[in-house]
Amino acid sequence: MMEGKEKLLIIGNGMAPGRMLEYLIAEDSNRYSIEIFNAEPRVNYNRLMLSPVLTGEKKYTDIITHDDHWYEQNNIKLHKATPIASIDTSVKTITTSKGETHEYSKLVIATGSVPFVIPVPGADLSGVMVYRDLDDVDNMIKAASGGGRAVVIGGGLLGLEAAAGLHEQGMSVTVVHLADTLMEKQLDSAAGFLLKESMSEKGIDIITGANTQQIVGSETVSAVVLEDGRQIDCELVVMAVGIKPSAGLAKDAGLDVHRGIVVDDTLLTSEKDVYALGECVEHNSVVYGLVAPLYEMAKVLASQLLQQPGQYTGSTTSAKLKVSGVDLFSAGDFLDNDRREEIVLRDAKEGIYKRLVIEGDKLCGIVLYGDTADSAWYFDLLRRGETITEFRDTLIFGQAYQGAGLVDPSAAVAALPDDAEICGCNGICKSSIVESITTHKLSTLDEVRSHTKASSSCGTCTGLVEQLMSLTLGDTYQPSAITPMCGCTGLGHDDVRRLIRTHSLQTIPAVMQTLEWSSSCGCAKCRPALNYYLVCEWPEHYKDDYQSRFINERVHANIQKDGTFSVVPRMWGGMTSADELRAIADVVDKFNVPAVKVTGGQRIDLLGIEKEQLPEVWKDLGKVGFVSGHAYAKGLRTVKTCVGDTWCRFGTQDSTGLGIRLEKTLWGSWTPAKVKLAVSGCPRNCAEATCKDIGVICVDSGYDLHFAGAAGLDIKGTEVLGHVSSEDEVVSHIAALLQMYREQGHYLERIYKWARRVGVDVVKQQIMDDESNRNQLMARFFASQKVAQVDPWEQRGKGLHAYEFAPLKATKLQVVA
Amino acid sequence: MKKQHWVRVAQLADIPVRGARRLKYQGTTIALFRTVDNTVYAIGDQCPHKGGPLSQGIVHDNCVTCPLHNWVISLETGEAQGADEGQVSVYLVKIEEDTVLIDVSNHVEPEPAGIQSIPVSIS
Repeated sequence: MMEGKEKLLIIGNGMAPGRMLEYLIAEDSNRYSIEIFNAEPRVNYNRLMLSPVLTGEKKYTDIITHDDHWYEQNNIKLHKATPIASIDTSVKTITTSKGETHEYSKLVIATGSVPFVIPVPGADLSGVMVYRDLDDVDNMIKAASGGGRAVVIGGGLLGLEAAAGLHEQGMSVTVVHLADTLMEKQLDSAAGFLLKESMSEKGIDIITGANTQQIVGSETVSAVVLEDGRQIDCELVVMAVGIKPSAGLAKDAGLDVHRGIVVDDTLLTSEKDVYALGECVEHNSVVYGLVAPLYEMAKVLASQLLQQPGQYTGSTTSAKLKVSGVDLFSAGDFLDNDRREEIVLRDAKEGIYKRLVIEGDKLCGIVLYGDTADSAWYFDLLRRGETITEFRDTLIFGQAYQGAGLVDPSAAVAALPDDAEICGCNGICKSSIVESITTHKLSTLDEVRSHTKASSSCGTCTGLVEQLMSLTLGDTYQPSAITPMCGCTGLGHDDVRRLIRTHSLQTIPAVMQTLEWSSSCGCAKCRPALNYYLVCEWPEHYKDDYQSRFINERVHANIQKDGTFSVVPRMWGGMTSADELRAIADVVDKFNVPAVKVTGGQRIDLLGIEKEQLPEVWKDLGKVGFVSGHAYAKGLRTVKTCVGDTWCRFGTQDSTGLGIRLEKTLWGSWTPAKVKLAVSGCPRNCAEATCKDIGVICVDSGYDLHFAGAAGLDIKGTEVLGHVSSEDEVVSHIAALLQMYREQGHYLERIYKWARRVGVDVVKQQIMDDESNRNQLMARFFASQKVAQVDPWEQRGKGLHAYEFAPLKATKLQVVA
Repeated sequence: MKKQHWVRVAQLADIPVRGARRLKYQGTTIALFRTVDNTVYAIGDQCPHKGGPLSQGIVHDNCVTCPLHNWVISLETGEAQGADEGQVSVYLVKIEEDTVLIDVSNHVEPEPAGIQSIPVSIS
């Protein structure tokens, strides 16, 4: 070692100090005498390449960035496998774990980070590992050679790469992830959904919203148990839930440490001549775990050590996942706020989702999935803060599209060549559509659909087809006035329902992606509608999206103008008993219920109940057998009855018994809008059945079935559906009618409006005349009832969704300047 | 600048994604929302229209739709969207290690110097 030179000591030999030394040496290789202390027993390698080592694409020797020769050549002394035990800033020395002390003039702490291990029981079992360095990779490859199943805890960048690697190594892999979408810190939920699909397609099981409760096994791991009780048997567990800065050494030395070692814009710590760099650092309250910021810090630190200008002002980060077959990119800040606007492009067939977030006249956030070809261009625009106003309209199409000038959509369609494909699903080109329109004198979209098949499958080319019709027919063509569901889509309710069916779409994100929703997570109009359509279409598999339900259906009570709720227990057919009335009276006393009212639907309404009291109220009502009356639901409300032939001198049938039977058959089903029934025992119609959604009038010869009445905003007498002679037929016909309405009604469309839209005669024909159709409808109705008839009050009385009812509490006050 | 008074109110996991929780604090109710991109907002729980409990509405993007009459309120500015006019109070939120804190300085008298932390009475 040459005398007279300043001594630069570096603790840690990761990628950040490696890059810093490259900059430093390139500028001035003589200024410092340099020594590195590395806890790992090897030279410097590229940690970003650990995943290719795990998948077997690369070997350790391929990923070495600085070998022994490089250190020698540059007169750098590398102490391998030499952890540092302490730093003494008062005398400017560091001491190794072997007790050797070294003096420094400048010290760089680059201790990196350590993986976060979640403190669950069993985390210390053999077979539970983290994914951080080459030793971990070696251990994982060894473990994978025996096959079996691995559970990766954590669906972030590292976890997914580990999962893909283990899968390549021949293991079955399950990823359990706490959040509802994968990589939630880097991706929005739409892209997270696509990622989940891609990973599943690769054969990797993904469980989101999964909280690990414990890891079980004797000595070695045998299973992971989730909070909901699910158990996943496995031979290997990899924890990849995150990292924390490794700052213990700095803290012990008295340096300022919050989450990481606090540094200023020159990367100087709170101590003179002591710098910190990389993942162990906290700059402006930010801790970085990606490589790009570390390289930016490395450059600044090299300048500082050479007393050149250069300040670190924080980094804009971007994320890319290194899993083959998965293209994703995200950068910047893509959260919504009022100053921001978003441009979304979805191509369902190609699995592409692009979202650009714009604030003012600048790009501030990027999420790309499926097509990341323009990521570099976008990221550059974002980092340089370039004004995008001039090409904003075409920004989403990428760099190649720029310079073409602004495009009028119909001019663009006119300019398409004759053989341009318009309908991708059916392979229909522009000229064949135009020819069909002229030869067959087609004038409506439906005619074009039936003649050419264009726009008849997925429907996403409908706009293009309509533009072609306008071009060909001129002003004579009036595009059909389909009212879109909401501002998030151009598709109407019917189209959405049809496409959910034909594409087997089973989740709200799947609908939004496949049907190319223009917003990232829908709105208060479309979300409840989609949720209903999916409940109706896939009764047995669909997981109800609680947050897409209106408050009343979320808490199973009716919200009132003052924010309290009303509770209406079910009184089957309007019948009650002393026990039930006593239980109601007791609840009124116990909870000081301010108002009790008899409803128009023959039951009792308890008004003014605080939200937090609801579960207790239900528990008390449940003791005498009360269940929810669904007075809040888009579903079956009441079946109003008269006393019938049991008591009434004019009664012709047991209308009360039939009403109760109908109510017991139909309760719990979700419908497009509320459904109210009534059964009258004779044509005097005391139960007012002829203004209900569905009504039954008993007569001597049997039962007249009515439907499509209204007595609300509109007043309308019912239509006659038909006549049947037995109670069994009443039940089967009404179940089939209700199912037909469930399958065809637009969300919030009452039965009378649905019937007007599809035609009263069509409904009559399909229910009364077409027996096989009726039986199929009925079978679907009863299949869905199997899972629908669960009393929500009983579940919540036992603690389901307890957080929904309990308010939060402020626990402690801190005073911060 | 006015002194900030941060209160710990929840763990992030206590608030459902695209959902809300209520905080009863010194006689008022504050609504905490967590949006689909995991941002937490706190605003007064009374809709400027007819006082509807915003915490009970449907959360979409960074807005909530009031359950009483469908006014759409920005969680960020507290302002009614579209043609409606009105605004609710907005509280600063920060998240430290998954703990959600809100600044309630509008509710609290300034502390005498030297006091670091005091318990808060809660309803």
